[in-house]
Amino acid sequence: MDATTLLVVITTLSLLGYVLGRQRSIKVAANHGGQRKLHSLPKYYGYMVSLWTGLPALVLLVFWLIFEPGIINSMLLAELPAEMSALSENKLSLVMNDLQLLAESGRIKAETDPVKRSAAETLVGLENRSQLVRNILIFSVALAGTIWSLSRIRVHTRARVFVERIIRYLLILCSLVAILTTIGIVLSVLFESLRFFKSVPLTDFMFGTKWSPQTAIRADQIGSSGTFGAIPLFAGTLLISAIALIIAVPTGLMSAIYLSEYASSSFRAFAKPLLEILAGIPTVVYGFFAALTVAPFIRNLGETIGLDVASESALATGIVMGIMIIPFVSSLSDDVISAVPKAMRDAAYGMGATQSETIRQVLIPAALPGIVGGILLAASRAIGETMIVVMAAGLAANLTANPLQAVTTVTVQIVTLLTGDQEFDSPKTLAAFALGLMLFITTLVLNVIALHIVRKYREQYE
Amino acid sequence: MKSESEHQQQTQADTSHQSENKAADIQQEVGATIGQPFVKQPKMQARHVDVFYGEKQAIYDVSLDLGKNEVVALIGPSGCGKSTFLRCMNRMNDTIPICRVSGMITLDDEDIYAEDMDPVLLRARVGMVFQKPNPFPKSIYDNVAYGARLHGLAFNKAELDEIVITSLQKAGLFDEVRDRLHEPGTGLSGGQQQRLCIARTIAVSPEVILMDEPASALDPIATAIIEELIDELRQNYTIAIVTHSMQQAARVSQRTAYFHLGKLVEIGATNQIFTNPLHELTENYITGRFG
Amino acid sequence: MNNTELIKKGLAKRYRREKRFRAYGLMAILAGFIFLFVLVTDIVIKATPAFTQHWIKLEVNFNPEILDVGKKAGIDELKQANYNLLAKKSIRSLFPEVKKRRDKSKLAAMLSSSAEYQLRDMLLAEPYLLGQQQTVWVLADDDVDTYYKTDDKSKAVRLNDKQKIWADTLAADGRVSKRLNTTLFTNGDSREPEQAGIRGAATGSFYTILVTLLLSFPLGVAAAIYLEEFAPRNRWVDLIEVNINNLAAVPSIVFGLLGLAVFINYFGLPRSAPLVGGLVLTLMTLPTIIIASRSAIKAVPPSIRQAALGIGASRTQTVFQHVLPLAMPGILTGTIIGLAQALGETAPLLMIGMVAFIVDIPHGFLDSATVLPVQIYLWADSPERAFVAKTSAAILVLLLFLVVMNGLAVLLRKKFERRW
Repeated sequence: MDATTLLVVITTLSLLGYVLGRQRSIKVAANHGGQRKLHSLPKYYGYMVSLWTGLPALVLLVFWLIFEPGIINSMLLAELPAEMSALSENKLSLVMNDLQLLAESGRIKAETDPVKRSAAETLVGLENRSQLVRNILIFSVALAGTIWSLSRIRVHTRARVFVERIIRYLLILCSLVAILTTIGIVLSVLFESLRFFKSVPLTDFMFGTKWSPQTAIRADQIGSSGTFGAIPLFAGTLLISAIALIIAVPTGLMSAIYLSEYASSSFRAFAKPLLEILAGIPTVVYGFFAALTVAPFIRNLGETIGLDVASESALATGIVMGIMIIPFVSSLSDDVISAVPKAMRDAAYGMGATQSETIRQVLIPAALPGIVGGILLAASRAIGETMIVVMAAGLAANLTANPLQAVTTVTVQIVTLLTGDQEFDSPKTLAAFALGLMLFITTLVLNVIALHIVRKYREQYE
Repeated sequence: MKSESEHQQQTQADTSHQSENKAADIQQEVGATIGQPFVKQPKMQARHVDVFYGEKQAIYDVSLDLGKNEVVALIGPSGCGKSTFLRCMNRMNDTIPICRVSGMITLDDEDIYAEDMDPVLLRARVGMVFQKPNPFPKSIYDNVAYGARLHGLAFNKAELDEIVITSLQKAGLFDEVRDRLHEPGTGLSGGQQQRLCIARTIAVSPEVILMDEPASALDPIATAIIEELIDELRQNYTIAIVTHSMQQAARVSQRTAYFHLGKLVEIGATNQIFTNPLHELTENYITGRFG
Repeated sequence: MNNTELIKKGLAKRYRREKRFRAYGLMAILAGFIFLFVLVTDIVIKATPAFTQHWIKLEVNFNPEILDVGKKAGIDELKQANYNLLAKKSIRSLFPEVKKRRDKSKLAAMLSSSAEYQLRDMLLAEPYLLGQQQTVWVLADDDVDTYYKTDDKSKAVRLNDKQKIWADTLAADGRVSKRLNTTLFTNGDSREPEQAGIRGAATGSFYTILVTLLLSFPLGVAAAIYLEEFAPRNRWVDLIEVNINNLAAVPSIVFGLLGLAVFINYFGLPRSAPLVGGLVLTLMTLPTIIIASRSAIKAVPPSIRQAALGIGASRTQTVFQHVLPLAMPGILTGTIIGLAQALGETAPLLMIGMVAFIVDIPHGFLDSATVLPVQIYLWADSPERAFVAKTSAAILVLLLFLVVMNGLAVLLRKKFERRW
């Protein structure tokens, strides 16, 4: 019986528990003067029994599935011959993988190496035993839950309160997923990054100006590997993001102003959704557009005026990224500008200011914190944007401020380092996590500052 | 103060119910205004003014004059159109797209709704002070200097300083803020903020000042200071003030106009209105039967 | 000079500035429109060729000698036959004058490599054809296809001059036909552009989004209910809120790193599986759904809650029986928008290996699969010119899905919008 079947069994048992619990409650009530005497409706007694049946068994199953592989591994390790268990960590994990595959293939008998064969047989034996123990244990837990909760049904049992409390716990659990996600992100990038910084010093990574991870392909090349100076990546990311913001901020801001202050309501009704389409287009589409249309166009344009433009120029990438974040800047600015109280507008108009004077001298200064917050969020988005740069920016780490040349970015390198076949433990892959950590920290700081500014700004006018 | 205005609203809600039944037959009576809407030396004249918000009519055929160097108080229950009428006098209603004004309003015999009348110039000549103090999020100095800079009234720093200081003095605020001219205007108390807004308005040297319940958000002491200020300002300006408080109208104005359901019911010398109103509605209102 | 005159003097200049400012605003909006227009037209133009394919008419003689089978060969023998040679011979028979080895292979290269499988399937279905002559339409190679579709023939550089002449001859003989490209919608991925389709990727997307929907909807709604209806106002809940807002702005690629490190390396789930893709996208979509659900729940007026509580319902009953049904349209709208985002997401899926080259159409949550946006990325990276059109066509299909989903969201909002 595998895990899926077990799950079905547990589910069936809890459904059965519902029926039994309901009946039992009605029966108990009958002895005490009818259903009116019950604390809760009969269905709540059903739910209660159902929960007692399913929930503990389910929790146990989840824990079993999480911890089973580790425990079996260490048990297997203890039984392995000395020459095998003495292997280095990397090799050992390879051997273990091998054994796992062998055990799953069902062709153990065909294996020629006797050591491997016996080890695989041990593994299969362990796994079978574990499964048997698991099934019996979980089944009895479920059954015990049913019987115990059935026996506890009295007229005054507060079944509804119990059920509602469990529901509330489940709701809390769901809302904790957000925190778990953040913790998961931090832990996963942090641990791998720490391992990376053991082989490459943090200072070399943060301040090195040369990036060439390509030489360290195999695990046995640790130490003689490439150089991991991330400055060119940071510079490239900044260059492309800056170009994007130069395009997006004025365009987004001005269109927000026009839409909220000048446009007639009918024009706004059709222009706003149209602009927001730009935000709904997947980034991979922008990447395609940048790589196949904008980049060649800019290259040709450069050639006609005698400029040498790289075919993967930062300019082309930045422009397309800018287009992508226009609606983002626009809708954020729209929000903050409309949050400026009407009294502020009245004051300026009452003094005889024209509309543009009101906007430039009163509305924008008043909305400035909100606008700055919006720009920071847009910057965070530009820095973290991946597909456009993966498809349209370069791979070579050039340290340059010339937008006509090709540069690479943090996200491009993460993708390059992690796609394709690779050993998980090589510094090359670990470097991707170190870059991910930098990316996460940078965007986190930007987001927190931006969200804080925007929140403070809103409170000011509430 | 707050509780008082709440109380006012409460009683108004109670009495509006009673007066609703009357409204139908009253409308017949108030076709024309009772009293003296016109003066010998008018600064602004309104003739047969109707105002519409979309389909809904807010002001019905209002005619009155604002005389030179006088304070005219506009009173009436809330929603009676007095603020709407005030905002027509410097075309602030232009900023509301669905608002339409017909009839004629003149400033020194110029039609302010004429094609060639510039609303920017008009608003510089007819200034406005709002219900809630609304200083810009700038320094006190910049708040007062805003209009002068906007309209290019000062040619150098000294002239600008001069304008700012005299305006603050006229608004009776200079002594209080002398040392912190460059601190944000939003840091002042409510009453000071409102005087700052008055200083900002008179810095452009308007000919008329429109005040929309300027003291309704202030405590009694700040209100008293503002009222004194209004009385002083009358020497140089024509002032129209919308107010909820009949005591205030009695204290600061020379003439009082009573609005009811978008119509100008009665207008006359403040003394006469409060002691011997001609119209039943006016009498009901000032004796506190509704509003 | 009094104030009025002073002000008048400056007015002209101020109004000029006003006009200019207004023009800037209009220009910014127009720029946005132009970008959108250029982007969409560019892709539509590029995609058009992908919706048709050229087929070549061959006279195929199912000669047992060429096929290297006996005259009465059974199905098993026919399965092993040399259909490759059969296809080559068939096209060579149209150009008997071609003798040189290299030219011969160039000639054979004008057919799609799928031709031999097509012939095999044909013979296996109707074994009596063995030894007979048959007229068969086979798929042209993508380079030939591109040649027919290009107006300026000199630009089709992937064919040599001889091939161009052959292609023209075939066309002149009426042996070429342009048909609707159904392969695009029925096949999985392929190295050969003319055989590549999006069905595999679309199926992968379907499974991935299904996982995302099944996980993120209940999780997101439950979290929103807790935060909006039950949570006390304390620092813990503040922390959760800040977390959710921040997660909404974390770059998607970081979620990919999380998926790689946690789901694949720690829990040992299979790479490239829609299950893992769905898990990662769930975590990514969750903030969007929670935020949308919260505002939908918040929009339900307190009077509803008071009414339910007033007749003796418990808080849980109030929320599940009264508040939630009323908030559902808003929650569904938010969910659809979140799923549309997830459907277009590429970067995190690259991290968890959904970028592999997969020909087969996935049949479950654990099969290796790719998704539409990743397919677009893979094809965009391919050097063959014909893949440009395929990529654009795949983009159009993806955009169509997104338009439908967003349209649904708008419809839902319009239909159930309530003003309390």
